[in-house]
Formats: sequence, C-alpha cells, structure tokens
Amino acid sequence: MSKERSQKRSTGKLIVHIILIVGALLMVGPFIWMILTSFMSLGESTRVPPVIIPAQLRWQNYQRVFTSFPFMRFYWNTFSTTVMKVAGQVFFCSMAAYAFARIRFPGRDFLFVMILSVLMVPSQAYIIPRYLLMARLGWLNTLTALTVPGLTSSFGTFLLRQFFMSLPTELEEAATLDGCNHFQIYYKIFAPLAKSGMIALAIFTALWSWNDLMWPLIVNSSPLKMPLSAGLSSLQGQYGTDFPLLMAGSLMAIAPMIAMFIVLQNQFVEGIALTGTKG
Amino acid sequence: MSGINKKKLQDWFWAYFMILPTVAGTLIFSIWPLIQSFYLSFTEWGAFGSYDWGGTVNFERMLGDSVLWQALRNTIVFTVGSVPFGIALSIIVAVLLNTKIRGMSTYRTLYFLPVVTMPVAVAMVWRWLYNADFGLLNHILSTVGIAGPRWLTDPNYAMISLIIVSIWSSIGYNMVIFLSGLQGISKQYYEAAEIDGANSFVQFFRITLPMLSPTIFFVTVTSLISSFQVFELIFTMIGINSPVIRHTQSVVFYFYRQAFVNMDKGYAAAISLVLFVIILGVTIVQFRLQKRWVHYE
Repeated sequence: MSKERSQKRSTGKLIVHIILIVGALLMVGPFIWMILTSFMSLGESTRVPPVIIPAQLRWQNYQRVFTSFPFMRFYWNTFSTTVMKVAGQVFFCSMAAYAFARIRFPGRDFLFVMILSVLMVPSQAYIIPRYLLMARLGWLNTLTALTVPGLTSSFGTFLLRQFFMSLPTELEEAATLDGCNHFQIYYKIFAPLAKSGMIALAIFTALWSWNDLMWPLIVNSSPLKMPLSAGLSSLQGQYGTDFPLLMAGSLMAIAPMIAMFIVLQNQFVEGIALTGTKG
Repeated sequence: MSGINKKKLQDWFWAYFMILPTVAGTLIFSIWPLIQSFYLSFTEWGAFGSYDWGGTVNFERMLGDSVLWQALRNTIVFTVGSVPFGIALSIIVAVLLNTKIRGMSTYRTLYFLPVVTMPVAVAMVWRWLYNADFGLLNHILSTVGIAGPRWLTDPNYAMISLIIVSIWSSIGYNMVIFLSGLQGISKQYYEAAEIDGANSFVQFFRITLPMLSPTIFFVTVTSLISSFQVFELIFTMIGINSPVIRHTQSVVFYFYRQAFVNMDKGYAAAISLVLFVIILGVTIVQFRLQKRWVHYE
C-alpha cells in the first residue's frame, strides 16, 4: 500500500519535472538564441535552414556594437542615471517614510494621501506637462531630465512607511531620552533596521530606471544623451536586419540587470512578495 | 509646559524637513502636471507649439475618431488575450513549484529571467524569432509541415504575437507573488483533505484557488492596470511605420503619437485623462465585484 503510494508520488514528481522543464526551455530559449545569434556572421544568420551553432565565435559582432554606435555613451547614461535615482530614492523615500510613520505633525495624513494618490494615476496623465516643464527649464537632451523626476517616488515612500510602522515604539523613546532629534533617530536607529526594505526599493528602482523607455524617448532625442533602452531601439531602426549585431548589443544591455538578479535573487523575491501582499 | 511645546515644534520641524524632497518632487513632477493636463485637454494646439482655449473640442473630436476607437479595441483585445492566460499560467507554475520539488530555486530563476530583461531587448529577440524569412519559429513550424505566417506584418497575427511575448515576459513576476501567497496557506487544510481522500485536483479547486483568491485579486488588478498602459512592446516590436500599426496600437501608443509625433498635445492630454478615467473605472468595478469571488480568511 505505502509502496504503491510512494511510487505514485514519484511518477507524479516526474511529470511535474517534465512540465517545468518544458516551460523553462520556453522561457530560456530566446536567451540561448540571443547568445547563439550574437556569434554568427550575417550570412549564417540568414541561411535557410537556419544555422543553430555558429561555425566560430565571432566576437567581432560585439566590437561592431561599439564602433558603429556611441554604445559606451549609452551605457554611461543609463548607469549614471540609475545610480543617482537609486541613491536619491533610497535616501529621500526612507526619510519621508520615517516621518510619515513615526512623527505626528499637522497635515501629515493629507500629505501622505496626496503622495499615495499618484500611484493610482497612469503616468501618461501628467507626462505632457512634465515634458513641457523640462523644456522650459532647458533640460531636454540632458541627463538631468532623466534623473531629477526619478529622485523621489510615491511607491518607495509607501513601501518603506510600511516597514517603519511595523517597528516597536520603544525604539525612539530610548533615543529621545538620550537627546537625539528625529533625524538622528532615523539615521542611527531606524534606517539600519529597514535595510531589507531599502534593498528591495533599490532593486525595483534600478530595474525600472535601467529598462525605462518612454520617458527617455520623450525628453532625449540626441544620441549622446540617450540611455541604453532608447539607444538600442534606434540601433534597431538603422540596422534592422543585422541580427547578430542587434543580439550582441542586447546581451550587453541586459547583462548587468541579470547579474544583479542572480546575485540578489532572494532580496528580489522578498521584495516582490512584500509589495504583493501588503500593497 | 513650554518644554513640551518646544519639543513639539522641534518634531514638526524635523518632520517637514524630512518629507520636503518627496513632497516637493511629487508636487512639481506629478500633481501640478496632472492639474495642467486638465487645462491642456481644453486647448487646441497649432503648428509651432502655440495653443488656444478650445473648450470641449478635443473631447468631441475623440467621439468621432475611429482610429482612437480602434486603439481602444486593440487595447481591450490585448488585455483580454494576455491577462487571464498569463495569470492562469503563472498560478500553474507557482503551484508546481510549491510541491517541494527539487531544483525549485533554479526553476524560479529561469522563469524570472524575462522579468529583469530590458523590454527593448525582449522585443528585439522576439522580432528575430518571429522573422518570417529567417526566423527560428517559422523554421520549427516548417519541420512539422506548417507554413508559418508573417507574424508581425500580417494584421491577423500581429496582435497574437504581441500577446505571446507579453505573457512570456510577465509569468515570472506573477509566479513569485503567487508563490508567496501559496506559502501563506496553512498545511492543515491539505492534511484534512487528504484524510477525506480528496485528490490533488479536488484540493486545487477546493482549497488552493479559494485561499489564493486575495492574491489573484491583487495580481488581476495590477495586471489590468499595466496592460491598459501597454506601450513599449508595441513601439519596439511593431514600430510606428509598420503597415499593421493601426491593428495593434494601444491607446497609450496613440497618445504618444498625438503628443510627441503629431505635436497635438491638447488632444493627447484629453486622451490621457479619458484613459485615466477608464482605468479608474475598471479598478473600481473590480473592487465591487471582489465580494463575489475573493475569499478572505
């Protein structure tokens, strides 16, 4: 009886594995094809029937990405704006979140609801005047336009406020007796305790900033100020059928986020679970 | 007494100081622009960025704009095609991964990869796979005797091509949310069901789905909102000059065209506000309907 049951269970597991492996192949297949194509010659990529394994590893495709486009510049634009936005959001959002969660002051609820309400508004509804503001400030085609509106966020403030709310009240009582003001309490005691929340926010911000397309498309049309996303999309316009080149460029563009994901996998998953259950 | 007041004033000072950047950022870059959008939606734009008060002219124009109506229909088709299937597939994957299977975290990593991949790169590799002449997909289809369509330029297939990519890129994200939802379901329910002799399928429909319904609700609400705002996928996979753009463009894509290609910002602002109202309406309806199917403990 129990033997039969355990046998049944192990065939069940086998079926589950088979389904998951087929699914995983469908998920990973395009990435493998990206890598294989990035090493093909143009001739190999347009052969019928298709070449699966390129005859040699053509690293030249990767070199061509740099020589035919200001790719390093795209990279720097994306990297620097992402770093600025992550630093800005982690600092400003956690500070605001602490105040909203831990200090009583006039207008607190009103201001918090105001910040929160932005989460319900699709960005298109304010993107035109935001663009006009950038134009008036003379920020079009600058990295400032990519960075400054992303230095604070409603999402981050909300996420971290949840974190600070869950901490016990004794924490600041002791610190207040020691004569600390709220800013000191925040950065000495509370900020370190909300580390996992801040890491989650940093991950989300990095991902959104790195991959964002619409805003850069709107404010920066000059190739020298484009981030990777907009740069790649213009690459596609000019080299539409040179797939080895496009795949090499794509791989280099996505590698940092994939590396970050693999290293910080558990924090990623925790962060998503956090927004999924408390959001 | 004055000591307490002084302390209070100090607290207030620090509070305002600490919220200042976020409040200022929100006001300058979101709230005030949103108010301006209301104003802009009542203006008519000329050729060189000049504009005049136009009353309700933009809203009247929307009623008769068949391209906009088609864009709305495209958006709905895209949403109905991608959201339910995407959610069903991610629930299935999450349930399978939740069976304490070996290699769970490896599977999770692989399914999640598309989520961290730049949408432009996703579009690029799928354009390559869908390529009608040299693409891998049509080659695979031809080995089983099917002549593959011109996926991205045939109006009958362009939308389904977009839906497939959209599902492919979102499964991982929803799967992670569902996994955390599944881990919150108490083992006791399953033990009791096992004693009653309920098989896995019965357990799935009688325990897992009802207990997971709050998570399903959350994922449905957020997926519908983001699906109604689809833009990048269409911009990068179809492109503004494609012959099938009318059959695939979403409301946001049409908005982008009006605002930043045709430079008709008044009309675009009106479209964006109507979209906002539609999204709000759909979300409110969902909250109303949730009592019928969402099961809270």
